[in-house]
Amino acid sequence: MSHIVIDENRCKACYLCIDECPKKLIKIGEKTNNLGAHLAEFNDPNHECLGCAMCATRCPDLAITAVYKD
Amino acid sequence: MATQVFKIADSFRKDVKYSFCPGCDHGVAIRLVAEVLDELGLREKTILAASIGCSVTAYDFLNVDSIEAPHGRALAEATGVKRARPDKFVFTYQGDGDFASIGLAESMHAALRGENLSAICINNTTYGMTGGQLGPTTLLGQVTTTSPTGRNIEYYGYPIKIAEHIALCDGTAFSARVSLDTIANIRKAKQAIKKAFEVQIKGLGFGFVEILSTCPTNWKMTPQQAHERVRNEMMPIFKPGIYKDVTAES
Repeated sequence: MSHIVIDENRCKACYLCIDECPKKLIKIGEKTNNLGAHLAEFNDPNHECLGCAMCATRCPDLAITAVYKD
Repeated sequence: MATQVFKIADSFRKDVKYSFCPGCDHGVAIRLVAEVLDELGLREKTILAASIGCSVTAYDFLNVDSIEAPHGRALAEATGVKRARPDKFVFTYQGDGDFASIGLAESMHAALRGENLSAICINNTTYGMTGGQLGPTTLLGQVTTTSPTGRNIEYYGYPIKIAEHIALCDGTAFSARVSLDTIANIRKAKQAIKKAFEVQIKGLGFGFVEILSTCPTNWKMTPQQAHERVRNEMMPIFKPGIYKDVTAES
């Protein structure tokens, strides 16, 4: 199952990954960082993730630390 | 069984996190450098000559030996390091103010001497760390804290096109300008950085990459708007492309 791993300590809530995901699987989540900004959250109930790693290529903070592809 | 298609490079220190503002493309550029160092197997023999500005923090994140240079003098220092230890891989990671304003003489003469070095210059059209002052690459009409009515030709002159100038130097082996505004351009940027590093390994001369980057904080934009600005305002003036490549000519 393709999926990504988001490190919540690194995410600075710039949301650039949200625009890149072709399946729109990354959303603004409920959790906040220490500045009060809502972190990006990966949500893939139907296993649609392609493992294309475009989100990780875009992420300027290396918050997407790993991408797995089937 | 899922295979891992993306991981943090070994040349990147995994115990630290970036100190850059949210959405700053410095993070992407440093990651690309770390990935290229990994792919070329250079980590153990690399010496980074660090600059002044936001780009200085590269030595906090790259897992390589590094030394600090006075403002603008990274390439002068790198010249000394490379001449003393020609077996090492030496590169600089600088901002546009560092490379093309206060360090223009050092940068240009390193290229003219054909020093066997690699240099990476991040062009975000402003002095980011000190609060968004007018820099050598600030676009005409751009409002900064020291050009509150916008950059005009009469008072401030024209912005410098670094990659073209470096390409004109006879000692340059590779000079390119790349952008980080889209995924495709990020991949092209990685190829250009790899090429700039390879010309040093082959001993062909000076390798240079100018990277068009964003500064959402000082541009007073969201990260998304900042990439739009790179596309719509910067790229028509600072055209991406390979301006010199001696490996392609021969």
